[in-house]
This record gives sequence, C-alpha cells and structure tokens, in this order.
Amino acid sequence: MYSFERLFRLHSGKEHLQKKRIVVPHSTEDEELSELLKLYKGNKIRTTKYSLLSFLPKNLFEQLHRFANVYFIFLAALNFVPVVEAFQPEISVIPIILVLSVTAVKDIWEDYCRFKVDHLINRLLCHVYCSTQKTYVDKCWMDVRVGDFVRLSCNEIIPADMLLLYSSDPRGVCYIETANLDGETNLKQREVVSGLPLQGVEFTPESFCSRIECENPKNDLSRFRGYIEHSSGVRIGLQSSNLLLRSCTIRNTETVIGIVVYAGHETKAMMNNSGPRYKRSQLEKRLNMDILWCVVLLIIMCLSAAIGHGLWLKNLKDPVFQVDDETSPALAGFYVFWTMIIVLQVLIPISLYVSIEVVKLGQIYFIHNDLALYNEQLDSRIQCRALNITEDLGQIQYLFSDKTGTLTENKMVFRRCSIYGVEYPHEENGRRLEVYEAEKNEAAGQSVTLKSGCSGKSLSYRSLSCNRSSVSLHTLTAESAEEDDQVSSHVQPRTNAFCSRMEVVPDPQLVRKLKLLCSPVVHLSDCSSGNTSTLELSYITDFFLALAICNTVVVSSPSQSPHEASEIRTPLKSLEEIKQMFQRFSFSPFSALTSHSPPQIEDSPQSRASRDTKTNPDMAGQGVENLNREMDSDGDTHSELLYEAESPDEAALVHAAQAYCCTLRCRTAESLLVDLPGLGSLAVPLLHILPFDSNRKRMSVVVRHPLTGQVVVYTKGADSVIMDLAETPKEQTQKHLDSYAREGLRTLCIAKKVPLLEEYDVWLKDQLLAESSIENREELLLASAERLETNLTLLGTTGIVDRLQEEVPETIETLQRAGIKVWVLTGDKQETAINIAYACKLLHANDQLLTANCGSKNACAALLEELKLEVQCGEGSMTDLTARVESSSGSVAGFILVIDGRTLNWALQEELKSNFLELTCRCKAVICCRSTPLQKSQVVQLIRDQLGVMTLAVGDGANDVSMIQVADVGIGISGQEGMQAVMSSDFAISRFKHLSKLLLVHGHWCYSRLANMILYFIYKNVMYVNLLFWYQFFCGFSGSVMTNSWVLIFFNLIFTSIPPLIYGILDQDTPADTLMEQPELYQAAHTSKVYVPNMFWITVLDAFYQSLVCFFVPYFAFAGSDVGELSFGSPINTSALLIILLHQVIESKTLTWIHILVLVLSGGSYFGFVLLFSVLCVTCSPPTNPLGVETLQMSQPLFYIICILTIVMALLPRLLLRALHNTLHPSAVLKSDQMDRMNAGKYSRRMLCWTRSHSRGNRLSVCADNAGLEPSVAEVVS
Amino acid sequence: MMASSYNAKDEDGHITVSGPGGGTLRSKKPENTAFKQQRLPAWQPILTAGTVLPAFFIIGLIFIPIGIGLYVTSNNIKEFEIDYTGVDMSSPCFNCSQNFSWNSTRPCTCTIPFYLDQPYESNVFMYYGLSNFYQNHRRYVKSRDDSQLNGDTESLTKPSKECEPYAFHENKPIAPCGAIANSMFNDTLELFYNNPNGTKSEIPLTTTGIAWWTDKHVKFRNPGGNNPNLTAVFQGTTKPVNWHRPVYELDTDAENNGFINEDFIVWMRTAALPTFRKLYRIIQKKNNMVPTLPRGNYTLEVVYNYPVRSFEGRKRMILSTISWMGGKNPFLGIAYITVGSVCFFLGVVLLIIHHKYGNRNNSADISN
Repeated sequence: MYSFERLFRLHSGKEHLQKKRIVVPHSTEDEELSELLKLYKGNKIRTTKYSLLSFLPKNLFEQLHRFANVYFIFLAALNFVPVVEAFQPEISVIPIILVLSVTAVKDIWEDYCRFKVDHLINRLLCHVYCSTQKTYVDKCWMDVRVGDFVRLSCNEIIPADMLLLYSSDPRGVCYIETANLDGETNLKQREVVSGLPLQGVEFTPESFCSRIECENPKNDLSRFRGYIEHSSGVRIGLQSSNLLLRSCTIRNTETVIGIVVYAGHETKAMMNNSGPRYKRSQLEKRLNMDILWCVVLLIIMCLSAAIGHGLWLKNLKDPVFQVDDETSPALAGFYVFWTMIIVLQVLIPISLYVSIEVVKLGQIYFIHNDLALYNEQLDSRIQCRALNITEDLGQIQYLFSDKTGTLTENKMVFRRCSIYGVEYPHEENGRRLEVYEAEKNEAAGQSVTLKSGCSGKSLSYRSLSCNRSSVSLHTLTAESAEEDDQVSSHVQPRTNAFCSRMEVVPDPQLVRKLKLLCSPVVHLSDCSSGNTSTLELSYITDFFLALAICNTVVVSSPSQSPHEASEIRTPLKSLEEIKQMFQRFSFSPFSALTSHSPPQIEDSPQSRASRDTKTNPDMAGQGVENLNREMDSDGDTHSELLYEAESPDEAALVHAAQAYCCTLRCRTAESLLVDLPGLGSLAVPLLHILPFDSNRKRMSVVVRHPLTGQVVVYTKGADSVIMDLAETPKEQTQKHLDSYAREGLRTLCIAKKVPLLEEYDVWLKDQLLAESSIENREELLLASAERLETNLTLLGTTGIVDRLQEEVPETIETLQRAGIKVWVLTGDKQETAINIAYACKLLHANDQLLTANCGSKNACAALLEELKLEVQCGEGSMTDLTARVESSSGSVAGFILVIDGRTLNWALQEELKSNFLELTCRCKAVICCRSTPLQKSQVVQLIRDQLGVMTLAVGDGANDVSMIQVADVGIGISGQEGMQAVMSSDFAISRFKHLSKLLLVHGHWCYSRLANMILYFIYKNVMYVNLLFWYQFFCGFSGSVMTNSWVLIFFNLIFTSIPPLIYGILDQDTPADTLMEQPELYQAAHTSKVYVPNMFWITVLDAFYQSLVCFFVPYFAFAGSDVGELSFGSPINTSALLIILLHQVIESKTLTWIHILVLVLSGGSYFGFVLLFSVLCVTCSPPTNPLGVETLQMSQPLFYIICILTIVMALLPRLLLRALHNTLHPSAVLKSDQMDRMNAGKYSRRMLCWTRSHSRGNRLSVCADNAGLEPSVAEVVS
Repeated sequence: MMASSYNAKDEDGHITVSGPGGGTLRSKKPENTAFKQQRLPAWQPILTAGTVLPAFFIIGLIFIPIGIGLYVTSNNIKEFEIDYTGVDMSSPCFNCSQNFSWNSTRPCTCTIPFYLDQPYESNVFMYYGLSNFYQNHRRYVKSRDDSQLNGDTESLTKPSKECEPYAFHENKPIAPCGAIANSMFNDTLELFYNNPNGTKSEIPLTTTGIAWWTDKHVKFRNPGGNNPNLTAVFQGTTKPVNWHRPVYELDTDAENNGFINEDFIVWMRTAALPTFRKLYRIIQKKNNMVPTLPRGNYTLEVVYNYPVRSFEGRKRMILSTISWMGGKNPFLGIAYITVGSVCFFLGVVLLIIHHKYGNRNNSADISN
C-alpha cells in the first residue's frame, strides 16, 4: 500500500515536473518533496557522446547514416555474393573498415577530450551545506544536487544555477561576471531574493524552509520566472536577477549562499551549449551534382560491360575456358553488371568526402594560424566555428555589414550635447578626439592600444584585473583545456578593451553655467544679465542627473573592498538642509544657494585649480569638513570608480556626467548615490528601472528626486521615440539632433517626467501586478512601461562618437574592388548611416545618392519605379562619361541606395520584391538604416535566394544574429556586445579589417585549392578506373582485372591518397601579397570559375585520354606476346601512378619540399609495396598471386621503355594546352604572377601609377566625426 | 593631462605585452614560422611556351634515337609463324580438327611442311599461340588453387572451392584442380629439318628453362617435399577431366614432373590477352659456326589434341629469336619516333608562339 502510494506520488511528481519545478532545501523532512528533488538531474555533466560500451554500436550507427558508408558496405556485401564476386571478400571490406576506423578514431579522440574536460569540471570543489554536520563541506561539483545550499567566495565559479539567498554585501547584491557564458566581461548585479532575513548576518540554512517554485529549465539566459513561498505563505516573485548562473564567476562580493535550482545539464549554461555548426558549402552542392554524373558514368560503363558480356557469351559455343556454361547470356550479363560495379567502384569518389574533410581541417588550421588575422591587443585569433565552408569565403558576392561595432569600434565617447535648446559644441573635446585620430594614424601599429588606453585609468585596470582570479571555466563550452588556459590568462587585455573610458573635456560654457549653480558670486551677476534662466539651470541639473542615474551601470572601485565601496555615505547636508535647499532651488534657487550651498566644485581640472580660492566665508563648519573630505577622497575614489555598463553608450554618458562632476558613486537595489556639483553626495531612492528593450528603444528610471521628493521619471532613448513622446520639443533641439546625425554621432534624447501622485499610484499598482505575474510578464511590463513614458519633457540630447575601426575604409574599398557588393544594414538613423558610409568610403563624393523613405506601400512602389528610371537614365548618361574612368580606376561614380526600415518593409513584400532587387542590382551599394534584426535577415535572404549569389553577413551584436545565420557565410566580430554574434557565426574575427585577408587570400586559396583538389581527385579516379574498363574489352567483359587486388585497393587508399590532400591544403595559385594588392583577382577567380561543369568534363575527358594512352601503349607493346595477366598490369599500374603524380606536379602552382616529399613517398610506397609483395607473397592473394611478377618486370628494359612512352604521351596534351593557354590567354592570376617576377623597380613604378589613378577622388577623411564631411556633396534625390 | 594620458597609454601597451601574470602567460599569437604562415619557399612552375619548349626539344631529341634503336632491334628479330588449326579443307590438320573431342583416346597426327627463308642464328624460341582464347576470363583466372600447386598436402585432398566445378571428380580430389589446369594445352609439336638430301632430322627441343625461375622453384612444388615417388604422393587424387595422363606422368624427368612440369607452369600463368603465345620449347644454339635453324624446308609434326574450333580459336606455332627488348614488336619503335617527332615539331611551334606572344605578356600592362 505504501509503495503504491509512493508510486502515485512519484507519478504525480513527474506530472508536476512537466509544468513547474519545486525546489526545497535538500534537508527537507517532507518525504514527497525529497522524492521530487531526486527526480531532478544532478550536477554531473557528461558531454561525451559515447560510453565504453555504447561506442561501437552508437558510432557505427551514426556513421552508417552517411550515404558514403552505406555505399561502401553495399559494395563489400556485394562481394560476398559468389556469382558477382570480383575480389576476395576480405579485400573488399578493407576500404569500408579503413574509412570507418579513421572516423571512429577521430570520434574517440574528440570524445576523450570532452571526457577529460568533463572530468575536470565534475571534480571541481565547492562548499555545500551538509545538514548532518551542520556545516559547509567540500563537495565535488558533480555531487551537488538541486536543493543544496552552496556557499561561494569571491572569484569562485558558480557550479550550478542557484537562487541567491544571501550575500555578504549589506545591500543584498552580488556581482557576477558572465564572460564564460556570453563573453561579456562587465559585471552584472544579482540581488538576494527580497523578503529574506537581514543580509550581512550569517545565513543559516536550517532556518530556510521556504518553497521555491519556478519554471522548468529553459535555455533563455535572461529569463527566469518563479516565486518563492515563505513559510508564512507570502509569495515573492523571482526574476533572472535573483539567479546565479552556472559557470559565471562571483566578483566583488565576499561570500554568497544560494540554493541550487537547476543542476548539471539543466542549467542555462549547459542548455545554451551547442556544438559547431554544419553548413553545406556551395561547392559541395555542385560536387554532389558531379558525383551524380560519375554515377551515371559508372552505370553506363557497367551496362556496356554487361551487354558486352552477354553478346560475347552468345557467340561462344562451349569454350574450354568457360567455367560454368549453364548460365544464360542474359543472366551472366546481369551478374557482370554487379561485378563491374564492384570493380569500378572507385569511380564514385567516396573517399573524396573524407579527403575534403581533411583538406578543410588543414585549411582551417592555416587560417587559424595566420598572423594577419591575429589581434595583438585582444590576444585573439580568428575562430573558425564552421569547419566546412572555407571555400565559400572565396565566392562572396554580397557582403552585409552591421555598422556599430563592426565598421566602428563600438567604443562610445561623449562628444557634444544640447540642453534646453542650447548647443554645447565641446570644441576642446572634439579637438582632442581629432588629435587622437592623428596619433592613431601615425602609430598605426599601436592604434588599438591607444584607443583602449584610458588616461589615468590604466592603473586601476591593472589592479582590477589582478583582483580577478584567472580561473576560468571556459572549458564549459567544450573547448580544449589549452584554449582555456589561454583565455583565462588573458582576462586582462580583454577587460581592458571592454570598458570604454575616455576623458571628456567639458565645454567651458556649460561648466560656467553649472558653476552658477554653486557659486553665488557668479550667479548674481549672471542672473542680472539674464544669460541663464533658472529654468535652464534646472534643466541642466536634471540633464546631468539623468545621465548619471538613468542607466544600469554597475559601479565598482577595485582598490576598495566591496563593502567600503558600497557603504552609503551620509549626505553632505542634513535632510533639513536639503529640503530647504530644494525649496529655494525650485522657487528661488539662487538666494538659497547664496546662503547655503557650499561651493563643492570638482568639475574640470581648470576649475579645480581655482577652487581653493573660492572659499565661501558663509560656509558652515560642516561644509568645510565635507569639502575637505571630498578633497581627500578625490584622489582615490573619483579616479578609481569603474563603470561597467551593458551598452557602451551608457558608460559613455556616465563618464560624461562624471566629467561634469555628476558622479555616480554607487548603486544599490534601492538607491543610487550621486555626487552633484554644489550639492555633494545625494542618495537618490530608486523606485523602478524600466529596462531598455529594442521595441521601446528607451529605458527609464523612476526615482524619488533627492531635492524635491517628487517621483520623477528619467527617460533616455532614441531620438525618434523620445521626440514623439515629448511634449513640445524644442525646434532648436531637433536641429541639433539633425546636425549631430550628419556628423555621424549617435544621438540619444534625455527626457524627464514628473507624474502626478495619483497617476503614479495607479501605475504602480499595475506595475507590481505585472512584476509578480508569471505568465506573459514581458508583455505586461512592456505595456506598463509604455503607460508611464508619456508626456515627457525633453531635457536635451547627447551626441556620442563611435569611431571607425582602423583600416575600415581601405578594407571596404578593397572588398569593392574585389567585386563584392557591400551593403550596410544598421539600426541607426539615416543621417548617421550616410555619414558613416562616407567616412568608410562606401560612399564617394561623386556618387549619386538615392534615398527611399516613404510612408505607404503605394508610395514605395511608385518610388521604386521612379528610382529605377532614374538609375537607368543615369547609367545611360554616365556610361560615355565614365567609361574611360571606370576602366582605369574601378571606383566610378555610382548610385547608392539609402533605404529606411519602414520603406524596406514595403520593398520586401512580395509585389515589390522584384523592383527592389532590380534597383539594388544597379546600385553600387545599399544602406539600410533603421532596420530591425528581422529585416536584416530578410534582406540577406532575399538577395541570397532571388539572385542566387553567395552572401556574407558580418556583425557583432545580438541584433545581427539572425542575419549571420541566414547568410551563406556568417562572420561574427568579437567585440563589445557580447558573444551572441560570435556564437552563431561561422567565423569570428576581432576586427573588420581582417575580412580583406580572410576573403581575398584565404577565401581565394581555399576555393581554388578545394576546387582543384576535387577535380584532381575525380580525374585520378576516372583515369584509373578506365584502365580497368578498357581491359574488359579484352577479357570478354567478364570483370577481370589485370592487377593484384591488393594493389588495386591500395592504389586509391594509400598510394595516391596523400598527394591530393597536400595539394588541397598547401597549393597557392597566387602569392598572398599579390592577392592583397590586387583585389580584382578575387573577382577574376570568381568569374572564371575553376570549378564549373566545363572543367569537370574537360577533366573527365583528359582522364579518358590518359587512361587510353596508359592502357593501349602497353597493349600494343605486348599484343600477341606471351605476356601474363599480371605482367601486363605491372607497367600499366606503374605508369598510371607516375602519370597521376606528375599530373599533380603540372597542376600545382607551387611546389614545396612537402609536396616533393609526399610525391616521392607516394611513388616509393607503391614500388616498395609491389616489390615486397612480389617477393614475399607465395600463396597469398590466391587468384592473382603476384609472386615474381614485379621483380621480373622491373628487371626488364621493356618495362621502362613502355612506362616512359606512356607517361610522356599521357601528359603531353595537358602540358601543351597549359603552356599554350598561359601564353595566349594569360589569366589575371597569371599576369600578376608574372608581375611578381618582373623587374622590381619597374613594377613598383607601375603599381604606384595604378594606385594613384585608383585613389583619385577618394581622399575623404577617415574619421567618422570629421566635421568636414557634408552629405550635400552628393545629390540627395527624393 | 595629455601628458599623463600618454604615459598611461604606454604603460598600458606594456602591460599588454608582458601580461599581469608575468612570464607564465601563453599568448595566443600564432607562431611566425614559414610553414604556419604559408611562406615556405616554393618552386612555382608556371607553364608557358617559353618554359616548356626546352622540355619538348629535349623529349624530341631523346625519343627519336631511342625509337630508331628500338625499331632496328625489332626488325633484326626473326620470327616465323604457322597456323595449324586446320580450318581450311586444304590444311593438313583439317581432319584432326574436324573429328575431335576431349575424350578421344586415339591421337590424331598431322604434318605441316614449311620453309624458313633465312637462317636463325641465335637461340630460337618455339611458341604455341592461341587466338580467341580468353585465359583472362574472370571465372577462369580464379579457378585454381595456389596452395595445392605449392605442394600443400591438405589442399591436395581438399581443393579450394575456387576450383569448382573442377575440384572433385568421382568423389576424388582433382590434382591439379581448377579450370586452368583442366584446359591445359596438350598438343605435341615436333620439328624436323628436311635435309637437302631428303632425310628428316629431328631438331632437339629443350623442355626446361621455359618457365620463370620463381614459378619453378618457389611457387610450384610437388606435394611431399622431395619424395621422388610422385605416384604415391598423388595417391587418392584423380587427373583433371580433360587430361589423358595424370599429373605425375607429364614427364619422365623427375625434375620436370608433377606440379613443377614446366609446360604446366607456363600454362598456369594466364595470358593477359585473348590472343597470346606461350613458350613451348627452346632450340639451343649449338655452336657459332652453324645457325641454330638454317635456311631450308622444315616439317612440323603435330599430335593434335587440343580443340579450339568450338570457340573459333586458332592454334599457331611460332619460331622466334629474341632481343633485349623481348620479341618482335615494331610498335614501340614507331611510337617513340612518332612521339619524338611530334614533340620536336611542337617545340618549334612553341618557339614561334613564344617569340610572337611571350614577350607581349611580360609587358602586359595592368593599367591598360
């Protein structure tokens, strides 16, 4: 009865599992619940595919899923049927066994690596609370179970997904670094579940008896829903900010305790862990077509043999050599068909697939090891995540690029701002940035260091990184241990590169106005002059306050312990004073300031110098004390504050605020500590954060204003959104916005709202409801946020510079010269996008700009027609004019289409698609601005599918993921915005400029290598198999072979298997330098495709010719003589081998000692094998016993006479045609080769002229924020 | 401010290089080796008219003399061939060929006269040739048991299944088993020189030395080691169906009997092509004064046993001298001369092309 009940409970538990997960402490008394806990997976991870026992069946099963292996097995099995048997059965299983075992060994090795890593991780120790010993004991990770309490110290790695229950931080927060998870090195704040006993007091697991109910494991990193039910029955909602994720690292917090809710494979980290991607390359698709042709060829050959055999038999009457004369000719023909399939099996180059894989591994190895693709500053190489599309890199026709972080550095620096309709140009700041740019150009090698270097901050960086332990769990993502070491030991440079810190030089005018706030002397005079109104001052204050607090920036100061840093210092003034001040501030601020405000200015260095003199005699004693304290702390605290933000924009704004002395000092869950000029440190009670999301394009904080006590909403967001929501935005501000955008600045609007109390109360209720709901919380939160963010008051706007990465214009120009159409797809504004396009030379001064912005579908249709007409006219008029220019320079004035997201939406619809495509085809480049991630992928898909071209998408952020996945080749830039793009990409690079080498050199090489290798492979097989086929004409189509079957099998598997691999890995048809210097070669190789159907047939024809020669020269030499079957095969085999090897010498563009070695070894292995075999094999290999054959043959001069004649005759046509072709129609590739050999001086002179003519008119500045760039240079149409 | 920032930057750069952990760091920087950076010194054979034309001339210059040499050598070889199948009514062997079966016990003999118009100086090799005989048929080639032939006693009594259907006869194992052995050529050929005085003198034919050394001494062995009593050794086996005598009665000479009978060995090495010859006898040169086979009339006496009419085969007797390159074969010489001439001709064409176009390319302008 009991067991039944138990069973029932278990059952119900399982049912329960399907909906929700209930977690209670492991020490629970409740039988049912502890049973339930046992149902959850443990923390042991096993990423291996096989176990010792399951390896053989599982691996075989997996391998048999490949068609190639099934084919092999079919052939092997066929050979066991006596009537069709061609070789001894045991010989025919060699190929399949070889292929299977090679793959199996590879799989075992990979699995073993995974096992080692798993083992390492499973054996890591952590402190787990033991309820019997009432203390924390060391336990292996794998023994951690759901419901365990785990205590972690600073810099320890989290073993499982846990709910944070206790933090030594009195505010109940802790920081985690998620670099192992998503590569983001900034700290993320996690909060203790609210409603738990006071933090700071040691947590006792026994006293915890709440029940946690949460959703089942999901792979969404940023989502966690559930509630905790205390013993009192109170339910509190849980969010992802309460969850500590496995493989993250605890930072800046001494001790945390959590309860495990997901363990092992159910953790979010493990669920997000996906293996490498499998994409099928374009070349492989075409290869499959050719393989099909090979199958057709095979069937034709087998059929003709079958028919031939039937006819031959029919004409014979009881011959003495006919072994079984009962079978009818038709049946015998049928048998022969299958025999021939076995004999000619190598015609289907099944081993080609294995070879291609090996070749691609080799190519990847070289790409991975390229110094030019290595970024010294980030210490990162290129990552090749997809192993099988290397050759697609050489076929790219369209490149879709993200802008931010891809073309630009995504290191935001505050450049200028406009407040209350007044522009503060920050000229000094701009100058500094420009000087910086010049320096960069001078010291190109160091450019990245310079940029990431933050003046005066490097010390703190270093200390920070020293604080951080170098233990990393990168291995969790199943990378090798070696990789792991390297990653962990380079936390420092990565951190360094991540936090963008730029000193902002404050605008003097703005500083002066801010000073008004605190300096009564200046105030009076200014007030009288009426320069600065009270309103404007309050705008400015609010503006900077918003900059400082409207964000999710994490503040840390590495030199101090977390406790010290987070300690809330008492405000400088008593509450009373603040209130007083506020009242004066809002009604008559200046009089209030006169009497009460101590001049605590710590803004710009200039003003700091004069600060001491500005001692106010009226200042209260307390004020002096405070001032001194601040002065003292200035040296350490101020400079050591570290901001780690989710987006670089936020960090830039906080730093900008800091430059104006609005310093965000620290942040807790409930309040923010902000220094304000003239007001000192203020605690701003934080009521809500309405986080940023891409739909709203804004974020808000709701705070209680420290001075007025009112509830204030500060909103920061994209100008398009804020301007719509703001009440009566200033015209002036809009103008400034436009001019910022023209300069290529990223603009953000800052707005505020003071909701009425009732309004706020109503909203608060909804918000709380939304927060605590489990189902569709996101939607509710979104709606709630939108309800609050209305009727905003625009405070001002900011312009943030995002500089171009180094060598971006050069790279784009190179890519365009290589015939690749570059599209920029960005979420930015049109003006910004155009400006960046100018800066990166996508757009030239003489290009004609077509802009498409329309509001409706009909308008869009009309516009597309109109633009098309225009382009046609333009082309007509331009062709005469520019024909000459074009031929010499290539960068002819063209049309650039700029289309915005809304119009793009229409254009992508079914009816307008074709028009849009036609238009874009005629344009040199297309810029899509304001596009959503979905649109990006739609555009890529449209181009890829409709034009049938090879596309490449490059991006760095989560918004590029869909585009990267859709494109044929997806490239992720590992930069500032986390690793999502990298994780979904095929190749991950660290700089945009790496693209040119990756495509032009490696892409070109990989493609030509692979294409040539495939052709060579097919040639090799057809050539050899045909020898056997020709022999059928002389053996009554009976399926006889003139070779020993071992030699026959090994010919493909051993003697000629390595040279094609070397050819495919090492051949260089053009030197790297030439490819880089002449991007046109990329296109040339692309249009005069190496691997086209023609080439396939030419290769097959050549193979036919060679096999004819190779068979019939020995045939005529031996006709009518007493030659034995094997003696006849000996010179044929030998010369076939030498022809095949020498053919490669002719085809290879480069021969290194590796080539020579491999060729010699291949030839040597053949001779060694057959000679040994013919000496040692007395009775082995029964029907075709080779004893004495080769030794005798090779001792006769006739053998060599035949071989030499055969080889020369076979290779003569190819040699001749190559020479003639190269002489009469030298390809572009070849021309450049010859160029290399030309007199160096002559060559460089010519190159100089050439580049001069190329770069004519392209002398636009590199810097994105160069004020000299005016879009008016181009005619703006429409 | 600017100055301080520079210092910081320098320091920053320094940190990047040395790293915070000191010397224990391993940079991910790829090694700058010629191999890894794909800068191995390489020979770049660019095939143009200019570069390949010396090769063509050289090939031409080497091949033509070789070809002439081969041609002359081949022409110096004397060869005589006579078809004795007996297809025509006029042929002396016509009768034999007509009423023949494998099982006939009465030997049929025919005599064919022929005339050699030139003397054969050195050793003369006597071949029998068969046409349209597919010794290379897949099933036929396999139909043998190498172990048995190697003297393995177990295989002697239990022939391999490959020999089927010639493995057992009347429940006795066949030795040697298989279709190849079963179809062994069993005509007897004898040569007589018709002396001018009208008498016939038999020409001595050597029966040994016609098989490969390795075959005779390694591959083929009589069972029972060196036991001279082959009859006992082959006890319990039976002769191949088509044979007239058992294998141990092929020759009287013990060194040429049983499996190591050279006629048998020669037959067992299957021919590559359906028209083939096999060495039958050697006519040794007597001394330097007299030619081995002087000019004059000869008679070939054939004991006609071997049926070929069913598959329209032909039987020939061939007399030939040999050279270092084997038997008479004008093909190689002609082929060498042809290829050599073609190469030479192409070399000239390439030279013209090189002069006309080669230089143009070198000066080909990228900026045209």
